[in-house]
Amino acid sequence: MRDPILRIEDLHIEFRTSRGVIHALQGVTFDVMPGEIFGVVGETGCGKTITGLSVLRLLPRSARITQGNIRFEGVDLLKISQREMRSIRGGKISIIFQDPSTSMNPLFTIGFQMNKVIREHLKFSREKARERALTMLAATGLPDVERIYDSYPHQLSGGMLQRAMIALALSCEHSLLIADEPTTALDVTIQSQILQLMRELQQKLGVAMILITHNLGVVANMCDRLVVLYAGRVVEIGESRSIFENPQHPYTRGLMSAIPAPGSRGNRLSAIPGNVPIDPGALKGCVFAPRCAFVMPRCLKESPVMFHLSKDHASTCFLAERGDLF
Amino acid sequence: MPNPIIVAKDIVKEFQLPGGWLSRKKHSIRAVDQVSFDVSRGEVFGLVGESGCGKSTLGLMLLRLLDITSGSLFFNSIDLTRLTSAELRQLRRQMQIVFQNPNSSLSPRLKVLDIVAEPLRTHHIAPEKQMREQVLLLLDQVGLGKQHLDRFPHEMSGGQYQRVAIARALALNPSLIVLDEPTSALDVSVQAQIINLLVDLQQKLNLTFIFISHDLNVVQHISDRIGVMYLGKLVEIGKSEEVFMQPLHPYTKALLASIPQPKIGKDKELKTLKGQIPSVANPPSGCRFHTRCPSVISKCKLSEPELIAVSIDRFVACHLVVE
Ligand SMILES: Nc1ncnc2c1ncn2[C@@H]1O[C@H](COP(=O)(O)OP(=O)(O)OP(=O)(O)O)[C@@H](O)[C@H]1O
Ligand SMILES: Nc1ncnc2c1ncn2[C@@H]1O[C@H](COP(=O)(O)OP(=O)(O)OP(=O)(O)O)[C@@H](O)[C@H]1O
Ligand code: SF4
Ligand SMILES: [Mg+2]
Ligand SMILES: [Mg+2]
Repeated sequence: MRDPILRIEDLHIEFRTSRGVIHALQGVTFDVMPGEIFGVVGETGCGKTITGLSVLRLLPRSARITQGNIRFEGVDLLKISQREMRSIRGGKISIIFQDPSTSMNPLFTIGFQMNKVIREHLKFSREKARERALTMLAATGLPDVERIYDSYPHQLSGGMLQRAMIALALSCEHSLLIADEPTTALDVTIQSQILQLMRELQQKLGVAMILITHNLGVVANMCDRLVVLYAGRVVEIGESRSIFENPQHPYTRGLMSAIPAPGSRGNRLSAIPGNVPIDPGALKGCVFAPRCAFVMPRCLKESPVMFHLSKDHASTCFLAERGDLF
Repeated sequence: MPNPIIVAKDIVKEFQLPGGWLSRKKHSIRAVDQVSFDVSRGEVFGLVGESGCGKSTLGLMLLRLLDITSGSLFFNSIDLTRLTSAELRQLRRQMQIVFQNPNSSLSPRLKVLDIVAEPLRTHHIAPEKQMREQVLLLLDQVGLGKQHLDRFPHEMSGGQYQRVAIARALALNPSLIVLDEPTSALDVSVQAQIINLLVDLQQKLNLTFIFISHDLNVVQHISDRIGVMYLGKLVEIGKSEEVFMQPLHPYTKALLASIPQPKIGKDKELKTLKGQIPSVANPPSGCRFHTRCPSVISKCKLSEPELIAVSIDRFVACHLVVE
């Protein structure tokens, strides 16, 4: 088996806030293989974004990694210097955010910003960098790329700007791309165009991609493998097909049946009762226990560990271990 | 249509946009352009379409929260375009609206009690002595209780707060509620709770809903009929199941094919449309969808297809379907 390009092991992240410490991540572990699309799924606040940010060491100042490590191409990212980290950020790993306005500077044209990044990382001349930028913009299916190159961010629609972001993120031949909700703000028709495009470019360039989303539909269509997070913990991980066909955690199962499907009219949706806990660190036992339909006395006392159902499918639930969750 | 509660005929909403300082010409956009449809009492009518197609504008017009530029609109056979503001205020008790984000539509400084009591106070429905009791009855209908009465919005989750907004909308015993993306800001697990609640209330109180959403899975789940909008126009209307199982308009087909379903399919290709969404300020000639339509024929660029009945309860605006 090949080595993973990224290995996150037992990652714990805390936030110090005026209301006390929030244990936002509590032992997240997963591998991303070279060239694959790996999904990180879960509902608001489960820790998707901070997981992505921690890889780039871009966490907010109030956050602290208290335990665990992150290895990228064998290098421990938490141990290297700021300078080494900066060069990895520019040259090897890039990130796309949900809101492109956070990554594009409104004061400069798209072309100026792309040109600068490409020159810095690929050591291209200004002219060659411009060519590269135009090629990448065209590869995202944008029409009239010369005009777009000379446009300011506010002159483009949300969908166009998101494409420009993708062009920028992919123009430096990184080996890992982290995409945090890249299509959540877009309409479905534009979303499907952009997802299609990201997959094509990802395959052509062979980059590995971490796709962060709360949309299970997006994951089912895009990802080879995925991890489901709940309240800062991994509840299920493995091959997409296996998880979608045979979810082995009550939370994953709940999520899947909570989404109305074509033809569901007239039936009640199986809602998961209750809400996500504010500080999951305060809970004893399984983090999902307060909302779980299958909860047992044991779940309130003991915290379940990862149980491997097969080579590439694992769940953190006592029932999966007993084989009682068909 | 048996017992229509809403009859809209050719309604138009034009917004004036400030012209550039050099141009003396005013421009305007038609956010809603000659839309006609009926909704019967006790029905759930879904409105879908991409961002900016005019769903919210249409919803606000139905309640006369926005003026109607032209066309006619009847609510329970009363012509809403001809009412005095006093008459309108009386009628508004029967129509309510719930928005996507209660944080921006309800006051963050009021307690739950006062948020829900406000319409009761304005319309002098309940004496102050009975207010807590009245509000509790309403909260009970949406699955909240005594412990929530004195909470502030920031002390509640998104789902709980949306329940408060629904309780408030129910306070005056309305017959029509416009729900504008009521679950779009919620997580799926909580979204399902709210959808179940809405379905229950609608049936129990025989409410009429206009349910606006860009999430087609949600809309088909809750609606009896749906209307599909594209750039200010209704392009297809029909029974929810029929539109979903057998879309007729090329735009509806594309919209349905674009939803990523949470299932591993045989072929993982999403069907995609080409091209950008055009601007309402400058809509394409002929059929507004022709710039992105995969089935376009030469006629489409020249003449605009009308919304035509293809069966007793199905309407489509497309040259191909009518031919
Ligand atoms: N700046 C911050 N200060 C305090 N706590 C924070 C901060 N950012 C995140 N957190 C905590 O970390 C948890 C995870 O946040 P994160 O942004 O990773 O969630 P997410 O899964 O990306 O959610 P969303 O889907 O809403 O983007 C939150 O529940 C919150 O408790
Ligand atoms: N007060 C206003 N003044 C000028 N233009 C407006 C105004 N309100 C809406 N519009 C325009 O009318 C069009 C329709 O807007 P509307 O809010 O109805 O769309 P929508 O379908 O509800 O979109 P979304 O899904 O994003 O909520 C848009 O192009 C919008 O920019
Ligand atoms: S009228 Fe023409 S362009 Fe419009 S949807 Fe039908 S086929 Fe497509
Ligand atoms: Mg996030
Ligand atoms: Mg709207």
